[in-house]
Amino acid sequence: MKVVITGISTILGRMLAERLANLGYTVYGIDLRPWKKAPKDIEIIQSDVRKKPAEEVFRTKRPDAVIHMASVAHFTQKFEERYRVNLESTRAVFQYCYYYGVKRAVFTGRHTVYGADPDSSLYRTELDPPLGGLTFPELNDLITADLYASSALWRYPKITTTLLRIVYTLGPSRRGTLANFIKGPVVPSVLGFDPLFQFIHEDDAINAIIIALENNLHGIYNIAGPQPVPLSILIGKTGRIELPVPQKWYPKVLGRFGLPKLFPGSLNHIKFSVVVDDKSFRDATGFMHKYDELETMKAFRYME
Amino acid sequence: MVGIYDDVKEAEEKLRNSDIPFNEVGIDPYGTSINHLKAVYPVAKLLYRHYFQVKCFGIQNVPDRGRAMLVGNHSGGLPVDGTMLATAMILDHDPPRFAIGMVDKFAQRMPIVSSLLSRTGQVTGLRGQATRLLEEERLLMVFPEGVKGVGKLYKDRYNMVEFTHGFMHLAIKTGTPIIPFAFIGGEEAIPTVYHAKKLGNLLGAPYFPVTPYVLPLPKPVSCRFYFGEPMLYESGESYEEISNQVMEVKEKVNELIKRGLEEREKEEQ
Repeated sequence: MKVVITGISTILGRMLAERLANLGYTVYGIDLRPWKKAPKDIEIIQSDVRKKPAEEVFRTKRPDAVIHMASVAHFTQKFEERYRVNLESTRAVFQYCYYYGVKRAVFTGRHTVYGADPDSSLYRTELDPPLGGLTFPELNDLITADLYASSALWRYPKITTTLLRIVYTLGPSRRGTLANFIKGPVVPSVLGFDPLFQFIHEDDAINAIIIALENNLHGIYNIAGPQPVPLSILIGKTGRIELPVPQKWYPKVLGRFGLPKLFPGSLNHIKFSVVVDDKSFRDATGFMHKYDELETMKAFRYME
Repeated sequence: MVGIYDDVKEAEEKLRNSDIPFNEVGIDPYGTSINHLKAVYPVAKLLYRHYFQVKCFGIQNVPDRGRAMLVGNHSGGLPVDGTMLATAMILDHDPPRFAIGMVDKFAQRMPIVSSLLSRTGQVTGLRGQATRLLEEERLLMVFPEGVKGVGKLYKDRYNMVEFTHGFMHLAIKTGTPIIPFAFIGGEEAIPTVYHAKKLGNLLGAPYFPVTPYVLPLPKPVSCRFYFGEPMLYESGESYEEISNQVMEVKEKVNELIKRGLEEREKEEQ
């Protein structure tokens, strides 16, 4: 089976590519960033997903499936650029699938699209609306891409599409949104708030994506690992020190004194929980996470 | 100090034997923390056993395990009823059960309060949330009078306001038995005579209860719970049908209140 992975040079992309290659898949990867030490059996096309060389992969290789992981969430990118990349690359991937007869598409989105809303149920299901943009406008590009991918479910009914909303990944690579937030020795929390954080070991996340690919699911599925834990415990168990900062000062200390730099709109995600219910995915596929919350936090901690 | 140490040890034993699925770090999937519960246990026990001298009647009507809803009257002022009910389920129910409270949305936005509520197992009162908890065979505390019930003034004590219907829909949908109960004593513990709304808004709450002695500090009033037999509703589709069933539960709670007030009066004579 031939699979195209967009965004293959990310840590998760590489891990997924290697795992799929080991399972006997023929893997093609598209990414603007290089992957210099890629295994020989994985072909890398260094290109923007929206550009001709990327389309050529679909036209000439005629893959059976695509796993779309290419997205920009980094705050150093301009908002307009992120919007263009995240939405337009998603649109391009689905158009390639349609034109060149790709039968399977897996879109890896984020659970943060649901938003940190204290008025909602703690556990969000796939039926809940993505409200992230209401309090976190910098998430709008990712939410729009997520909604575009979900529209492919009816727009391109012949493409079996799986939209995954994956919780934060954590693990030995020490990369990712949550890893960046708790990377330093001191992690700022908002004084008086201790939300639940939900994460999955990166190996389990890779397994979930492969299971989704192999199960031909057509729909939206939340992916979560072990149960969530309060931020204070996450900070403590990963060997960091919590620095409770009054809400008023919080945006002012970010990016200073060695503290992480965050989007201004992310404040709600440090105050309130974003937790998802992954029952649909587990019921449909039998997926079980291997690493519990303590093992996942330790895997991150002991890579120091 | 020895007393507190014993209480904490007792709390550990009771909570581990209860229906809370704590993980290795002592947290359940909703953020309930065994350490926080152990910390509040000695205070809750002191209030329950000595300050309010709570007595329970018919507590055997609460099932030992499995989904159930405790539905009863709200006391005005501050939610002493919820705290004492949860304490009763741990201290006086055998085996201990953990009763989850459904709190109002505004509390989740309040610093410190929101964290404390979450760590002590209290969740936002939303239907989806409650459904999930019941499907996980948990025990819920429901006060269908809502904020209006807490907002009763002393002059309206034990006159229940209208019950909302949500709990009945939930009970039917999830096949959950309703255990009606009455809480006697809470109205006298914090006799609210006035609602300071502006002060409440400053604190992020709908109002601030003012008592004859100004602050809403509970008086050492003897309190008691009366639990009725489980009520099971298997169907109910029309608004009228649901309304009648809700009225039935409200009537049952009212009966328990009357019984409680009468028995208290007799004992005081």
